[in-house]
Amino acid sequence: MDAHTVIQGCTALAIGLIIGLGAAGACIGIGIMASKFLEAGARQPELVPMLQTKMFLAMGLIDAAFLIGVGLAMFFAYANPLLSGH
Amino acid sequence: MAADQAETPSEYVNHHMTHLRVGHGFWTFHIDTLAMSAALAAFVAWLLWLAARRAQNDRHPTGIVAFIEFVYEWIDTEVSAIYHGNRKFLTALAVTLFTWIVTMNAMDLLPLDVPGKVAGSLGAQFWRVLPTADINGTAAMAVFVLILVIATGVRAKGVGGYLHEWIASPFGAHPLLWIPNAVLNLIELVAKPVSLAMRLFGNMFAGELIFMLIALLGLSVTRVSGSGLALIAFQVVLGSIWAVFHILIVLLQAFIFMVLPIVYISMAEEHH
Repeated sequence: MDAHTVIQGCTALAIGLIIGLGAAGACIGIGIMASKFLEAGARQPELVPMLQTKMFLAMGLIDAAFLIGVGLAMFFAYANPLLSGH
Repeated sequence: MAADQAETPSEYVNHHMTHLRVGHGFWTFHIDTLAMSAALAAFVAWLLWLAARRAQNDRHPTGIVAFIEFVYEWIDTEVSAIYHGNRKFLTALAVTLFTWIVTMNAMDLLPLDVPGKVAGSLGAQFWRVLPTADINGTAAMAVFVLILVIATGVRAKGVGGYLHEWIASPFGAHPLLWIPNAVLNLIELVAKPVSLAMRLFGNMFAGELIFMLIALLGLSVTRVSGSGLALIAFQVVLGSIWAVFHILIVLLQAFIFMVLPIVYISMAEEHH
């Protein structure tokens, strides 16, 4: 196998790992956070509006690293710098 | 688009991912980012000015004034929950950031090929409508936030006090701890704007790219047939679902980019 094919195959595997592992981390994190939010809402319903704002803020922060990873993976899928750089 | 049927998916995506550039190397300017962000800033400023001019004290607000007042009061409530001093400047900063970033992000919801066609008829070969999907756009705003954080720290503690805090916190004022303190503070200071820029950029870039991939489903139709029509219908359905989800992301990321600088600035005024 020549280097070109090897690089393409490895890049495809890497893209899968980036998106998959990132999604696993982000979804587990958001799941834990949302469950705590629901628990707190059940204990003290009057705090729900205040907590909801903070929950959305935290959700955006947790999603951030995952989506940066998706962006990077897509970049490697379409304009792979490793292919041309040698 | 019939003449472009020969282009491959890679070419389509790469064409839509290229900025309109002027200059080379370090001095490359992305004209589309600069023009779109300036135009949208002017539009938002005009809208806010219009609402301010039309606001009357003796009757209840209607229309655009009511909407802008609702947004302003909501943002003011958010800022008041974070910062407990005189928040005139911070609320203005938050309103600017939120409205500007929402309008910039909302450009992603335009149909994918429309801005390219409009720009093409005006002579531009590439045109990327999303200024926040360009790392330069988000990094510029993050650099400004960094300058504000440093300026707030210096104004609250004085130059000497600010530098003393750099070498004295969080561990203590012993000379042996100066270097660990400075390293930690430097990392903390640099991580804030970098994470701000990359978070907004990553979200918007990924969203735009997924719109392109959904559009590619339609590109693979070469003639009208059963499977071709099914692909087009599938593309419309997928595109609608992703657009609705993306509306949430647009608002959420603008909200985060508004709240986090307020948090950083209020933290910079704290004395240790």
